Amino acid sequence: MTADEPAGTGAGPRIGVYVCHCGSNIAGAVDVEAVRDFAAAELAGRGVVVARDYKFMCSSLGQELIEQDVRELGLDRVVVAACSPHMHEKTFRGAVGRAGLNAYLCDLVSIREQVSWVHTDRAAATEKAKAILSGGVERIRHNVPLEPVVVPIDPATLVVGGGIAGITAALELANAGHKVYLVEKDPSIGGHMAQFDKTFPTLDCAACILTPRMVEVGSHPNVELLTWSEVVNVSGYVGDFQVTVLKKARYVDTELCTGCGICQEKCPKKVVDEVFEAGLGYRKGVYTPFPQAVPKYPVIDRYNCTYYEKGTCKACEKFCPTGAIRFDQQDELITFKVGNIVISTGFSLFDARRIEEYGYGRLPNVFSSLEFERLSNSAGPTGGRVVLRDGVTEPRSVAIVHCVGSRDRRYNAYCSAICCMQSLKFAHLVKEHTAATVYEFYIDMRTPAKGYDEFYQRLMDEGTIFVRGKVAAIHEAEAAEGAAGKLVVQVEDTLAGVQRRIPVDMVILSAGVEPRSDARDVARLFGISCSADGWLIEKHPKLDPIATMEEGVHIAGGVSGPKDIPASVAQGAAAAARVLSHIAAGQLELEPYKASVAATACSGCRLCNGLCPFSAISYLEDRAVSEINPALCQGCGVCVAACPAGAISASGFDTDQILAQIEGLLLEHVGPAGPTAGVLA
Amino acid sequence: MSATDTGFEPTLIGFTCNWCSYRAADLAGTARIKYPPNVRLIRLMCSGRLDPVFVLKALADGADGVLITGCWPGDCHYLVQNRYALRRFVLLRRTLAALGIEPGRVKLVWASAAEGLRLATEIGTFIEEVRALGPLAWPTARRDRSMAAGPPEDEAGVGETEGAEPGGTAVSTPAVELVEAVP
Repeated sequence: MTADEPAGTGAGPRIGVYVCHCGSNIAGAVDVEAVRDFAAAELAGRGVVVARDYKFMCSSLGQELIEQDVRELGLDRVVVAACSPHMHEKTFRGAVGRAGLNAYLCDLVSIREQVSWVHTDRAAATEKAKAILSGGVERIRHNVPLEPVVVPIDPATLVVGGGIAGITAALELANAGHKVYLVEKDPSIGGHMAQFDKTFPTLDCAACILTPRMVEVGSHPNVELLTWSEVVNVSGYVGDFQVTVLKKARYVDTELCTGCGICQEKCPKKVVDEVFEAGLGYRKGVYTPFPQAVPKYPVIDRYNCTYYEKGTCKACEKFCPTGAIRFDQQDELITFKVGNIVISTGFSLFDARRIEEYGYGRLPNVFSSLEFERLSNSAGPTGGRVVLRDGVTEPRSVAIVHCVGSRDRRYNAYCSAICCMQSLKFAHLVKEHTAATVYEFYIDMRTPAKGYDEFYQRLMDEGTIFVRGKVAAIHEAEAAEGAAGKLVVQVEDTLAGVQRRIPVDMVILSAGVEPRSDARDVARLFGISCSADGWLIEKHPKLDPIATMEEGVHIAGGVSGPKDIPASVAQGAAAAARVLSHIAAGQLELEPYKASVAATACSGCRLCNGLCPFSAISYLEDRAVSEINPALCQGCGVCVAACPAGAISASGFDTDQILAQIEGLLLEHVGPAGPTAGVLA
Repeated sequence: MSATDTGFEPTLIGFTCNWCSYRAADLAGTARIKYPPNVRLIRLMCSGRLDPVFVLKALADGADGVLITGCWPGDCHYLVQNRYALRRFVLLRRTLAALGIEPGRVKLVWASAAEGLRLATEIGTFIEEVRALGPLAWPTARRDRSMAAGPPEDEAGVGETEGAEPGGTAVSTPAVELVEAVP
């Protein structure tokens, strides 16, 4: 189809052009009326029959304007010059659809994100907006009607990561009656929350509110819990993902194991627990990370097992009352299909060793926040006694340092959002467990959520001493300072304007949160993006924080940025709600951007066959041509560009569309069928 | 826009991919990061969709340079398809050099969806690089419709914008003497 004979009409195209002011967002930097006049005058010869501007094209009145013109002026093409297509393409395609025009005969060109918001010279910005509009008009002359691809939605969902966000998502989905695969790489679900004693600001016992949910999700008939497992491959697309999970050998037959714990009791191998106990406590070679673990089945750590090291021991096997130990168990690959995915793989804590001047790892009585969580936990290594590294001495003074690894350009520029409240909680717990004087060293106190500032007030009333200033260094007191054996916190008190050296027995470094070290691998596995920091990127930071650019892949909790428990829970539930809306609809419409081969033009060279990573292209031996399976084609267009015969076309992004857009963008050089005065070179 | 000695304002065409670099351009906008207006972007689904013909067409139609952008290697939305953009980029530079056109008129920049600042900075850098190269006088530029439209020297028609850049310099500038080595 040539540009001058579009879609079934003998005459030229009838294009409507709509230029949006976006309030002052566009009109503030672009002469919108001039762009409109340019389209009406200069592009009339290119098929533009009407050009209008409007304050907010996306408003219902703006959309009605388009609908009315389509109906009354018989428009067969619409170009809207406004914001990014990622913002409102659907809006305007919906509008022309309501007016009876195929939605794909409407395009949105960006003169906001690409012009008014990034350029300051009004004249130059206006000329660029004209060029972009001209490119859009030339391109749309070649648009053809398309129909969205309708995909059925498999009602099963994969939830990756069994922290509080993932547990919440899994429960919402399972309670709605749908199958959920909950994959957790550790031996138990629970995530970070399982390590805490109390939660701010309510001081709820973390285990008391978390473990019932763990048990519920672990025993839910609709939930298939895959712990000690990792997702290793994902293919397909929304509605029909194929997932492969590596189920690592537990060396325990979960059919027989009753979770009695005798194996852990009898195991002679003691291992420092670097994960759950933050290095403060021990676990055995065969273990569950904590008593309320879900599932209850232990795991044999084969790298810390006397049998695997020396070939003899098998104490666990000997004492197991049900004969559940299986030293010959192998890793397993499990595959299944799901329609949607929720990623809730969480975050890591900043490693305070990186800040050398704070002495963590060098000065024994400098503790990380996670260590303190375990110290203060009644189920922790000290039974909840807050003591120094010697394990017996109660501190008489404690310093809590905020913003460790956060709001510091050397490490992470962002605010970790949870540390102020976490630090206040620590202060409260220290006071609850000891008679110590507590100092909080903060840059700014950030307590902006329900009950948070009230908690801060309460801590002030409790007598915690707040010193505003970033701690410069922590070192051992010198004998001359009269505080032998103590640590000295060096800080500039910015409210009093003085340097202070405060001797304390114990320092707690309130570590910020960071993306997990494998965040990029997770992003790649699921085909989504990370920020420069390593947080997974949401589809829209405000309006769609739980969706991603990959349809059907959702994110919840700390994986997309620092979050406290309420926010993580809310996101888990929100992601589940989005998945449920897909399941309830039963099907989803996807963009019909697919490649196809014109068999008559295909020379059968097979060059394209090896280019497709989705194996969508096959060679038909009998007809000696290649063929593309539209169900497998993801629409990248590599084969289109590679075909030496030009036999492959790409719906929505076809070669003639792009070439025409180039011409349109370079209007002032190519020249339309008329004068081009005013178009900037 | 910044005036230079010659008043030459290059025109650049930029190809972006739907998932990373176009999103980076969106982000640059949302974050109000400023860059010069010389570049005009085209959205493709993947940098691997880039047909070298698109680049040659842009240069032939009057672009002074072409920017090719996509997801970082390893981060391609379509797994590995951006590597074809890289291959075609290398081939394009060799082809341009053989045609007597500075290979530096084509540039490849990776930008993730989070790198609005990086994309804006790279656009600014590339504009200056092409400005230094001067206008591209592609031998077939300005034929087609412009031939029918009227004498070619009118078309650059820039006079009205501030700074009054001399139009038509592109036509008179001799073709390139500088040919870079293949990267």
